[in-house]
Amino acid sequence: MTARRLAEGGCIDRSRRLAFTWDGAALAGFAGDTLASALLASGVRVVGRSFKYHRPRGLWGAWTEEPNAIVDVALGETQEPDARATTVALRAGMVVRGVNARPNVARDVYGALDLAQRFLPAGFYYKTFMPDWHRYEPRIRAMAGLGRVEAAPDRRHYAARSAHCDVLVVGAGPAGLAAARAAAAAGASVILADDRPAPGGTLGWQAASIDGQPAAAWAAAAVPQGVRLLRHTTVFGAYDHNAFGLLERREDAPAGWAAERLWHVRAGAAVLATGAIERPLVFPGNDRPGVMSADAVLHYLRVHAVLAGESAVVLTNNDSAYAAAIALRRAGASVLLADLRPAPPIAAAAEEAGVRVLAGSVVLNTIGRDGLRMVDLGPSDATSPRQATLRVAADLLAVSGGWSPSVHLHSQAGGKLRWDAAAAAFLPAAARPGQHLAGSITGAADLATCLAQGHAAGLAAAGRAAAIAPPHTAPAVAATPLRPYWRVPIRRARQWVDFQNDVTAKDIVLAARENYRSVEHLKRYTTLGMATDQGKTSNVNGLAILAETTGREIAAVGTTTFRPPYTPVTFGAIAGLRHGSLYAPWRRLPADAEHVARGAEMREYGGWFRPACYPRAGESAAQAIRREAAAVRAGVGLFDASSLGKVVVDGPDAAAFLNIAFYNEVANLKPGRIRYALILRETGIVYDDGVVTRLAPKRYLLSPSSSHTSGVVAMLEAWRQTECPGMRVAIHDTTAAAATFAVAGPRAHEVLAGLTTIDLAALPHMTYAEGTICGVPGRIARVSFTGERSYEVSLPAGYAAALWRALLAAGAPHGISPYGVETSSLLRAEKGYILIGVDTDGMTLPDDLGMSGPLRAKTVDFVGKRSLLMPEALRPDRRQFVGLLPDDPATPPHVGAHAVARTAQGMRSLGWVTSAFFSPALGRSIALGMIERGRALIAAGAEVELYHLGQMTRARVVSPVFFDPAGERLHG
Amino acid sequence: MLLITCPWCGPRSEPEFSYAGEPVMRPGPAEAVSDQSWADYLYMRRNDKGPHQENWCHAGGCGQWFMLERDTVTHANLRTQAPA
Repeated sequence: MTARRLAEGGCIDRSRRLAFTWDGAALAGFAGDTLASALLASGVRVVGRSFKYHRPRGLWGAWTEEPNAIVDVALGETQEPDARATTVALRAGMVVRGVNARPNVARDVYGALDLAQRFLPAGFYYKTFMPDWHRYEPRIRAMAGLGRVEAAPDRRHYAARSAHCDVLVVGAGPAGLAAARAAAAAGASVILADDRPAPGGTLGWQAASIDGQPAAAWAAAAVPQGVRLLRHTTVFGAYDHNAFGLLERREDAPAGWAAERLWHVRAGAAVLATGAIERPLVFPGNDRPGVMSADAVLHYLRVHAVLAGESAVVLTNNDSAYAAAIALRRAGASVLLADLRPAPPIAAAAEEAGVRVLAGSVVLNTIGRDGLRMVDLGPSDATSPRQATLRVAADLLAVSGGWSPSVHLHSQAGGKLRWDAAAAAFLPAAARPGQHLAGSITGAADLATCLAQGHAAGLAAAGRAAAIAPPHTAPAVAATPLRPYWRVPIRRARQWVDFQNDVTAKDIVLAARENYRSVEHLKRYTTLGMATDQGKTSNVNGLAILAETTGREIAAVGTTTFRPPYTPVTFGAIAGLRHGSLYAPWRRLPADAEHVARGAEMREYGGWFRPACYPRAGESAAQAIRREAAAVRAGVGLFDASSLGKVVVDGPDAAAFLNIAFYNEVANLKPGRIRYALILRETGIVYDDGVVTRLAPKRYLLSPSSSHTSGVVAMLEAWRQTECPGMRVAIHDTTAAAATFAVAGPRAHEVLAGLTTIDLAALPHMTYAEGTICGVPGRIARVSFTGERSYEVSLPAGYAAALWRALLAAGAPHGISPYGVETSSLLRAEKGYILIGVDTDGMTLPDDLGMSGPLRAKTVDFVGKRSLLMPEALRPDRRQFVGLLPDDPATPPHVGAHAVARTAQGMRSLGWVTSAFFSPALGRSIALGMIERGRALIAAGAEVELYHLGQMTRARVVSPVFFDPAGERLHG
Repeated sequence: MLLITCPWCGPRSEPEFSYAGEPVMRPGPAEAVSDQSWADYLYMRRNDKGPHQENWCHAGGCGQWFMLERDTVTHANLRTQAPA
């Protein structure tokens, strides 16, 4: 006696048999089945184990509300953990496993936990294992948790789309279809999204006639031309100003195409026709496999031709379950219907169809080890299991406790809810601006009302009238009101409220007794309404029991907050294409291919993919850096500096504007001259450094550091627009337009001499000139980041590779060596040149770097000036930039090591090491750092102790300029 | 995700914009500003509940700065205004 497939009927294709495995057993279903319907038709009753007690659980629902049937699904190379069996379309070859059980859900060794249930009340883990949770956690975790995530990378593809529409209709049930139809007729652009495989919603299994056609046939033809229908698409989130997040699953996507698409839809107006979800009733033993939602039973029967049981009991407190009872009877099952209401008029129709009706009855217990075998019934006012008057054999108990409207999106968008006593449900108090509500979400219970509301909402959303009649259906017979009934008042019995999280009525009563009276506290203490189903079936029952226990009205208890997503969204869909090399695409140098071909070790620096160094065969990176550094000091090196910013500032007020933006004086710079300058934030903190070139009286070229260029441009723009709107100045970032190579070393000028028309003898340090290089118009700036005589040669970016090769060829007789970012970083450290963000941090002021001149000399009120006069900036004990000569000349200290002072309380930090190298030029270790009162320590020739991970070393505090302190080589 | 009406480009989605907080008058000249009023300028904001003026920049569009008045309770965008 169990569920079976009917010989005919349903929306399945019996000619297409699909084989799959369930926990190793070979089973089969048909095209048109979900995993759940195929399992049900195959006689599988236990589809999962409950989260906490490992109780056997069967199917409750037929769609997204399903709390129990969480399974791992593998198909070919793709894996989906924690899939809901009710929403996964069956495909041939699926390998399906139950979760949270060992070895499988049918025989789970942890099932013994259920025997200890009286010792595992709400808050058990917290009360028992805190404060030493970390000791117990590994073993507890091993018993808990759901699906297994494969370690292999996800092979599926994901994509994202954006769309606009006049009207977004959420839900393609009767109300949504009527709304889309009306809005489209009114001329609106319409997107209609529904999470099911086909439009129609409940029309797929509830018998009715619309416009003279069977409802399912009407639904299939109801979507008019021009409406963009998104099937398999869940609207999971509602955000500000009618922005919606949609997840489209494309199960039939060809290999290599996106399996899921994330949509961002901005709608002029939205119609929420999201329907309602059937609630369980809370009674003893209501979690036994075989206890199902009455609506789901009807769904499986009509859509999948699966009869969920031969001997059915139906328990209801409202009229809606009668359709399922009658359908079960007509399909050949014996049916006994227990109605909590005393004398419902609808009973007559059921009895006529052969259903035995027991009015004023309730289920007092269920019996069966791994599935339902018997049901005890008694009067609906019973308070003891001994009041049972009838025991019937049953393999199916179909339950309806009323309907909870799917108010999630309304609530996410900021909509308020009100408790409606007649519907016994939380309903939207009023639609949000720009949103319209239609169908069961409003509490409407009959088809005619849903269709009329949908039609009206579609027209209202379109904002125009349309020459189209609303869909017509026979008005419903007046329904008998639902009888609110929240649990059987038997104290000791276990009555389940939240199937997914194993929360019982007793747990809620206990929580209330421990004063968790706020619904938000109740949720967190008992886990009611958490996890993947987010309380879709359990919320209202839980709130009602809390209200009853604390002597309040349900309206006064309220609900927890609804937050996106409505159903789980895969991380893959959220990431979309933003992973791997597309996560944050590297910027590549215009001569990138030259570096790669030369065997450069390429690394990422502030978003740029640049050569770190150019190791030769058999050479380590460290060896390459030393060799390159020596080549620059002794002869000549070649460095790709193309990533350095090239920001042109133009206009009659360029000088005045830059004098406000920069810390250093730049207005008195003569055309053709270059100056090193800092740029500060209003807080006085050093934001960036670089050289400023005056190209012409009204034209400057700035060279911010590679990773700060866009930030500097944004900052200059902000100042230009908001603080200096009257100034005639324009800012262009031309970084990508030119390739720039630094030719550095005592023989640099010899390399360039034959290649350019510019007279290098007339180009002293910190000047620039324009001319041709290799016959192409370009510019040469004489600036140095190495301490050597150095020329930065710039040509349009298209010439990058040719120029790079020409410079290498011209330099070959002089032993030219390309050098990378790491080598450059070493060479600049020998000269005590700072690297922003390496030697400086979010607390560094210009005076800390020894640059106090502009503050004294400049009269302009530049950015950050006032902050440099604050008491904090004037403290005598600020950290200052220093050089450090370690006692151990062979070993550089660790970057981040602290300079410490010993005090009575222990050690106190004086600052830290910011850069450290072995200097080939000095033949010893060197370091840079920020140390408290550093300049006084230099003057005194003091030593400091350096602390790193328990080790102490010593270093002498010296000037940061280790190499060529007089700067003779720069001018050489 | 707000829908913001750029004074130059019309209604656009929030990811195109960058936010820069409340407009604050920069006090000056530096020598005439007290420590307290400079600290207020740097760090203190009204953070109003209700209508609230904010600087935004259409960074992913025209690059222009403008003022947006927004209700911080309802998220209703009340008006936008280009700089004078």
